[in-house]
Amino acid sequence: MAVSREDVENIAKLAKLKFTEDELKNLTRDMNKILTYMDKLNELDTDNVEPLSNPISNENVLREDKLEESIPTEEALKNAPDRTDVFFRVPKVISKE
Amino acid sequence: MNKKYEAVIGLEVHAQLLTNTKIFCGCSTKFGNPPNSNVCPVCLGHPGVLPVLNKKVVEFSVLMGIAVNCRINEKSILARKNYFYPDLPKGYQISQYEKPICEHGYIFVDKSDGSQKKIRIKRIHMEEDAGKLIHDQGYDTFVDANRCGTPLIEIVTEPDINTPEEAYLYLNKIKQIVTYLGICDGNMEEGSLRCDANVSVRLKGEEKLGTKTEVKNMNSFRFVEKALEYEIERQIDILDSGGKIVQQTLLWNSDLNKIIPMRSKEEAHDYRYFPDPDLVPVVVDENWKSEIAKSLPELPDKRRTRFIQQYILPEYDAGVLTSSKQLADYYEDVIKETKNYKAASNWIMVDVLKIVNEEKIDIKDFRIPPQNLGKLINLIDNGIISGKIAKEIFLEMLRTGSDPEKIVKEKNLIQITDVDFINSTIDDVLNNNKSQVEEYLSGKEKVMGFLVGQIMKATKGKASPQMVNEILRSKLSSIKN
Repeated sequence: MAVSREDVENIAKLAKLKFTEDELKNLTRDMNKILTYMDKLNELDTDNVEPLSNPISNENVLREDKLEESIPTEEALKNAPDRTDVFFRVPKVISKE
Repeated sequence: MNKKYEAVIGLEVHAQLLTNTKIFCGCSTKFGNPPNSNVCPVCLGHPGVLPVLNKKVVEFSVLMGIAVNCRINEKSILARKNYFYPDLPKGYQISQYEKPICEHGYIFVDKSDGSQKKIRIKRIHMEEDAGKLIHDQGYDTFVDANRCGTPLIEIVTEPDINTPEEAYLYLNKIKQIVTYLGICDGNMEEGSLRCDANVSVRLKGEEKLGTKTEVKNMNSFRFVEKALEYEIERQIDILDSGGKIVQQTLLWNSDLNKIIPMRSKEEAHDYRYFPDPDLVPVVVDENWKSEIAKSLPELPDKRRTRFIQQYILPEYDAGVLTSSKQLADYYEDVIKETKNYKAASNWIMVDVLKIVNEEKIDIKDFRIPPQNLGKLINLIDNGIISGKIAKEIFLEMLRTGSDPEKIVKEKNLIQITDVDFINSTIDDVLNNNKSQVEEYLSGKEKVMGFLVGQIMKATKGKASPQMVNEILRSKLSSIKN
């Protein structure tokens, strides 16, 4: 199989997700199914086809460098699980020397 | 450095672009605003929002690409770089991966031994900056998202750099170019220009690259040189004693003058880049490219060469004067007023830069307008004031911002060129200093300087020094005979 259980565990870890035994089993099976389908697609000759990075055919959707109003700090912090008066507060990310 | 080994260094320079707004939203990029006040749902990474690329970011990136001889990719794509860290609310940074906006450039640096070195630039890509984390708050970390989404370009070299000196020169050149282009203020201490280095060493003649380390946190030009010296020595010591280099990220600590391993949660970097579905491709066609190229100013190397040729300046002078765009502009404004190119250069390199460096100010904040410095030089060249008085007027101009011609009139500083007056002053001084005159006549020529000093003092420094010297000399020699 192309995707091993370890692969799934690693991807889950990178995405900060936790799964039960059953879920891991199902995910491994599903991902392999998806990749098998990709293998099928790979049978097509795409040598002369430019890779598609976006299904929308627009290009250069740009904005001018014009200032717009920001939102108040209070509103910005409203949904934060933890905060001070002006900062988001998160668990310490580096240990002190 | 140990002669058996050579270092191989690649630099990644992040330059903060001088746009008014962020890369994907209209929030201000202004530095120093209260925490979390320049934010909106887009740069805070709220669900369902749509980033829209700032046109100026594209133009600045292309301008830089042209300035460092890059190929501008007609089509470039924005990609997500996925990782979790609290300075990045979305859980990914929007950057560029497979198709950056510029590739395959180069610049030359002038080494102290007179040789030139070509350093190739692998790529320049556009990306967003992360927020600021404040760590030293007891148990927790605080997040300020004002900087989230500030536009950056990352300029990546090929591993063409072999010494800390070359790294320093390269950085300096990049700073010069971005400031000439006006796309970044180039201030390393304030973080608007940042530099990370990939460093490895190998035996000379060996083709395979050694294991590399990544050095970060070198937040001044001097620190970059010092940190690289330190890291190269460290690696050589390990290899020389039969050890192995461990691939890791290191931080330069400028207080301890040493490098320490970065301690963060261990996780193999696996960024899983993919094209950002929220953003469509950027296409810079020939038309747009040539439109942008029109705003390309004269670059430092060209300007230096022109200064040497057009103003007949020594290479050294031209190098100093063109080291920053503002200084070069200041010089060219001075010589709109006076045609004495070399004098203008001397005044700027000595008197102006002394004040600028002492007060740690920008030349644009220097209080003497260039036209006035030009006028001052003309006053000397036209024999109206002496060089010594000019120095005094310079200080007065610095204090008051006044016009030198006005100062000369108001303070009655016009040079005395009246022969009779100078003659009689010299006679008085000689009469009052008979013993010194005796000394001079007995061969102590140094006394001449003392006598000149007395005469200048008697005329309050206003007598023409040339005339005083001439007349005094002839008087003394006629007494002698």
